[in-house]
Amino acid sequence: MSAEPGDQPGAQPAARSGQPRVVLVDDHGLFRSGVRAELGREMHVVGEADDVAPAIELIERELPDVVLLDVHLPGGGGQAVITAVKQDHPDVKFLALSASDAPEDVIAVIRAGARGYVTKTISTAELADAIRRVADGDAVFSHRLAGFVLDAFAAAPARQDVRPSFDPELDQLTTREREVLRLIAQGYTYKEIARELFISVKTVETHVSSVLRKLQLSSRHQLTRWAAERRLA
Amino acid sequence: MQQQWHHRRGWHDPSAADDVSNWAVRVRRHRRGDGGPLRRDPEDRLAGGVAAGLAAWRGIGVTTVRVLLVVAFLVTQGWVLPLYFIGWLMIPPAGSDTSIWSRARHDSRGVALAAALGSLLALFMLIATAVNEQLLETYGWPQVVSVACLALIWRNAADGERRALRGLIPPLEGLGVTGATGGRRRVSRATALRFTASAVLLAVGLGWLLSEHESLALLRPLGGLVLIAAAIVLLLGPWWLRIARDLVLERQARARAEERADIASRVHDSVLQTLALIQHRAEDPQAVVQLARAQERELRSWLFEGRSPGGTDVTSLVEGVREIQRDVEARHLVPVEVVTVGDCTLDEHLSALLAAAREATVNAAKWSGANVISVFAEVEPGTVILTVRDRGKGFDPDAVPDDRKGVAESIHGRMARHGGEATVQSAPGEGTKVTLTMPRTAQQSGYGPKPDEARR
Repeated sequence: MSAEPGDQPGAQPAARSGQPRVVLVDDHGLFRSGVRAELGREMHVVGEADDVAPAIELIERELPDVVLLDVHLPGGGGQAVITAVKQDHPDVKFLALSASDAPEDVIAVIRAGARGYVTKTISTAELADAIRRVADGDAVFSHRLAGFVLDAFAAAPARQDVRPSFDPELDQLTTREREVLRLIAQGYTYKEIARELFISVKTVETHVSSVLRKLQLSSRHQLTRWAAERRLA
Repeated sequence: MQQQWHHRRGWHDPSAADDVSNWAVRVRRHRRGDGGPLRRDPEDRLAGGVAAGLAAWRGIGVTTVRVLLVVAFLVTQGWVLPLYFIGWLMIPPAGSDTSIWSRARHDSRGVALAAALGSLLALFMLIATAVNEQLLETYGWPQVVSVACLALIWRNAADGERRALRGLIPPLEGLGVTGATGGRRRVSRATALRFTASAVLLAVGLGWLLSEHESLALLRPLGGLVLIAAAIVLLLGPWWLRIARDLVLERQARARAEERADIASRVHDSVLQTLALIQHRAEDPQAVVQLARAQERELRSWLFEGRSPGGTDVTSLVEGVREIQRDVEARHLVPVEVVTVGDCTLDEHLSALLAAAREATVNAAKWSGANVISVFAEVEPGTVILTVRDRGKGFDPDAVPDDRKGVAESIHGRMARHGGEATVQSAPGEGTKVTLTMPRTAQQSGYGPKPDEARR
């Protein structure tokens, strides 16, 4: 496989140190060029793709640090890209991006392995920040994703909902995690959350990562049902 | 005497309760079977609010409890009355944890007075027993306890409750039982006439009851009782009527005051806000016309079709929040980010929560200068929490003058009137966060997207 950077026309020949290498996957050309123009100074955008198949090919060729992935693509959902790439290249990180916010799509992409989800209304500075966080291995929750997760984990699971799982802890959030998610849902930044809860930013990140883990690994039947219920909303 | 008017008062409650506007009904429904600790309810009382407290505690109608108490009074030959007073002493009033007894315990003079009055009545009872007075003997003894309790309550109750007790005294004054305030007593001719008439009736009735005349033997019990009852009604009737009327008037006044406050905050939310907007956009005639027209439509639909301002056909909390988002974004051109967790159908309390949320969001859009406003609503099994947050200018909540209607009335007042709570956190330069909490009523408990399904 070719992991050689820089065979993309227009890109700089060598990865600038400290700058994450980013691939954009979105079916709107206008959006891609906008993001590319805005992020170009801080990120190393190594390629763009507009559908599932070209995206997989591009990512496997470039092996970027972060893939900025639209949830909706003509040839299937964004999760198809993640599933295909993750098998051979578990190190590539995905940040989901969407204008619509249909919850079941967002949750599906996260369950497939994306490290976070942001809305397209996000400001450039915040987007750059989110990409850097994902590149560092942290999770990125937009206020909306925090809302979805709270919703999906909200009710005490009915008895028939809980299937025997390896780790029952995966099926519910801790009080602290809930608090953090609530504040994210209210539009707080990690720094503001840290101040509000008298904890360090690192701890906030740990909580968010742990929520992400639960979201991806929980066998909780509720999650699937919740997503199904929202499908038509 | 005491026991008499006490259970009489129970009688006119049903009529009073029926006459009362929906306010009392609402209060009762709101508290029904709330599962909370047993508390007296001074808001809905005839005497100590014990019956209302029991009703709310067990989730039964208050009238049922009162009727049961009166029946129990007759069945137990008066023993319910001292129990009632003990309850009055021992059960804390709603919203508090200290009973009257916890204060009375330390009131040594009060305890002495209670003991004195109790023993005085006991002495009187001994004499009565000696002369073989049947009725007094059965009903009188328990009242030794009642008198003692009443003395303690009188000395240690909160002001509001003392006022209620004082309301029970005037007829006794009229009868000359309490000579304490005798100095200023003015007896009108009508009263004098009334007293004379009832005295004559009493005398004749008692005479009839006690007379030994053979020929009247059959008529005696019936006629005597009728005459005595007539005398009592003549004596105490006007006073009973007045208490019933006062009770109804008081409740009506409260209902009216609430309604007025509701109207005021609605007018503030819609008309005054629009007028302020029109002033801001005075240089743009088209926008002014548009605003005025929208406001006119809204006001008409509220005044003549009974629909609440802003509320078109919103039936669920999430729909309501979305509508706030749409309106504020359209009118104030500030993006509103909405996150909702769970959903539920609206009732009047949650509508009030939405109205307060709308006000908070509009305030943020108008004053904060923030470029985005975050609205977060979470439906939990027992409560609904809604926060409105901005990163704008902020203000010093303590420095806001009392006459600024917005926050004080539209948000705090409205939430409080519906049993909820509002907190405003803000500091200059730090943005503002308004947190609204409203308990959910029992019948719509259960979590989840049910309204969604209904909508589809």
